[in-house]
Amino acid sequence: MSPYVESIITLLMINSIAAMGVSLLTGFTGIFTLGHSAYMALGAYTTAILYMGHSVPWAIAIFAGAAFAMLVAWLIGVPTLRLMGDYYAIASIGLAESIRLIIANWQSLTRGARGYPDISKFATFNVTLAFFLVMGALIFLLIHSRYGRAFKACRDDHVAASLLGYNTARYRVLSLVISAFYCGIAGGLLAGFLQYLKPDMFDMLKSTELTAVVVFGGMGSMSGCLLGTTIITLVTELFRPISQYRMLIYGAVLVIIMVLRPEGLLGRYELGPRLLRHLFGRKTPEGTEGRG
Amino acid sequence: MGALLEVKDMNKFFGGVQAVADMSFTLEKGELMGLIGPNGAGKTTIFNLITGVYPLSSGAVFFRGEEITGGKTYDIVKKGIARTFQNLRLFGASTVLENVMTACQQHYPYSFLEAISHLGRWKSQEKNIRNKSMELLERVDLAREAHRAAGTLPYGHQRRLEIARALALQPELLLLDEPAAGMNPDEVMNLNELIQKIHSDFQLTILVIEHHMELVMEICPHILCMNFGAKIAEGDPDHIQGHREVLKAYLGEDEEEASA
Repeated sequence: MSPYVESIITLLMINSIAAMGVSLLTGFTGIFTLGHSAYMALGAYTTAILYMGHSVPWAIAIFAGAAFAMLVAWLIGVPTLRLMGDYYAIASIGLAESIRLIIANWQSLTRGARGYPDISKFATFNVTLAFFLVMGALIFLLIHSRYGRAFKACRDDHVAASLLGYNTARYRVLSLVISAFYCGIAGGLLAGFLQYLKPDMFDMLKSTELTAVVVFGGMGSMSGCLLGTTIITLVTELFRPISQYRMLIYGAVLVIIMVLRPEGLLGRYELGPRLLRHLFGRKTPEGTEGRG
Repeated sequence: MGALLEVKDMNKFFGGVQAVADMSFTLEKGELMGLIGPNGAGKTTIFNLITGVYPLSSGAVFFRGEEITGGKTYDIVKKGIARTFQNLRLFGASTVLENVMTACQQHYPYSFLEAISHLGRWKSQEKNIRNKSMELLERVDLAREAHRAAGTLPYGHQRRLEIARALALQPELLLLDEPAAGMNPDEVMNLNELIQKIHSDFQLTILVIEHHMELVMEICPHILCMNFGAKIAEGDPDHIQGHREVLKAYLGEDEEEASA
C-alpha cells in the first residue's frame, strides 16, 4: 500500500470511530447533535498535552482524553437530556463553540490558535486499525443487546419506554457518554496521526459532517454510518485537486442522497442479507421483514 | 385481605378543568374490575395518574399498601403495574418479537460489560428473553407474526401485541385502556376470552377501561361508572345496569324527569 493510500485509510478509520459514536446517539437513541467535534477536540488536546507535555505514555493519554470527553458529556447531558425535544442539540452547538474558543485562547496550555505542533506520531496504520476493529466490534455487540433495544425504545416512544420501566433520561445520558468516548478516542488518534492540532479542525463544519454521515448512511444502521463516512472521506480526497469546488461537490452529494434515499443509504438495515432482501427481493409479503 | 390498589380522594385539574373529582376506589387482589363512562369522563386520566404520567393535583394512590403518589413512571412500573394504551404505542419499526423482548428483558438483566462482550450471562439471558417472549406471543396468538414489523400488523393484532408486551413485565396489576377499540365483534369475543384467560392463568388483578358494554358486563364482576371526572355508581353489573345515574349519563335525561 502506498503511504498516501495508507494515510487516507487511517484517516477514514479515525473518522469512522467518531461516526459510530454519533450513530449510537443520533441513529439509535434519536438525539440530534451539532457539536460532537467538541468531544474530539477534548480527546485530541488532552492526549497531546499529557503525551507531549507530561510524558504520559500515549496509550494512557488517549484513554484519559476519552474519559475527559465523557465527563464533559455527562455534565452537559444530565441537565439537558432530562428534557425531551431538541434541547441537547442547541446546547451542543454552544458547547462546541465554547470548547473551541477556550482552546484557541488558553495559550499557556494549548498553544492557542497557532496550533499544537510536533506531536510524536503514534497512531500508525496498525494502531488505528486495532482501535477501529475493537471499538467497531464492541458497538455492534452493544446494539445487539438489551441496551440496544432500550436505546431504540427511547428513540421510538419515550412515554412507552418509561411505561416499560425504563428511566429514559438515564439511557439518553448513557448513550451520550458512550458516544463522547468514541469521539474522544477518535480525537486522540487524530492527534497522534496528524502530529499537529489546531482549534479550527474542530469547528461547526466538523460537527455537521459527523451528523451528516450518520443521517445519510441511515439512522439506526451502524454499518450505514461507516458507508457514509467512507463516501464523504473519499469525495473529499478524490476532489482534492480541484479543492476550491470540494464543498460544492460535498453539498451536491448530500442533496442527491437526500432526494433519492431520504431514509439514508441503508435505512435502518445493517449490511447483510436482510438489506439485500429489502432492496431486491419482493418475494416476501410487504413489510414482513424485521427492521432494526 | 388488603387492597392491591387503593385510590383515595384523587383530584386532577388541567387549568380550570377538573378532569378527575374526588375519586376513590379500591381494587382487591385478583379482582377484574371495569371502569366505564362516556367519552371524556376522565378514565384514561385515572390511568395516567396511577402510573405517574401526570402528577395528581391532590389525593393519594397506594399499591400493596405502599404510597406511590408522585413516583416516577418507571419506578411505579417496576413495582408491578403494567398498562396498555388507548392509542397504541408500539415500537412500530421494530419487529413484533423485539417489542415484547424490550419489556421482557427487564426481568433478565445482565451487565454492561456482558452486553458489549456478549460473554457471561449474555447468551443465557438473551435466550431466556427470547423464549419467554415467544411464549407470550403464542398466548396471544401472534407467534407466526414474530418477525414482522409491529406497525404493519392489523389493528386488532396490534392491540393483542400490546397486551403481550404488558404481560412481559410480569405485573401484578394490569391496566387495559380500551383493549377492544376498533375491533370487530369476532375479535372482541376472542379478546374477551383472552382477558379472562390471562386473569386466571397469571393470577392478575385487572382494571379495564372499555366502551363495549357487553364485554364489561360479561367479564367484570365489579364495575365503576364515572362521568365528568366523578364516580356516579359502583357495584356489580346488575346494579350498574339498573342505576339511574348511569342510564342518564349514557342516554341523557328523561324529559319528564328533567322538567320535574
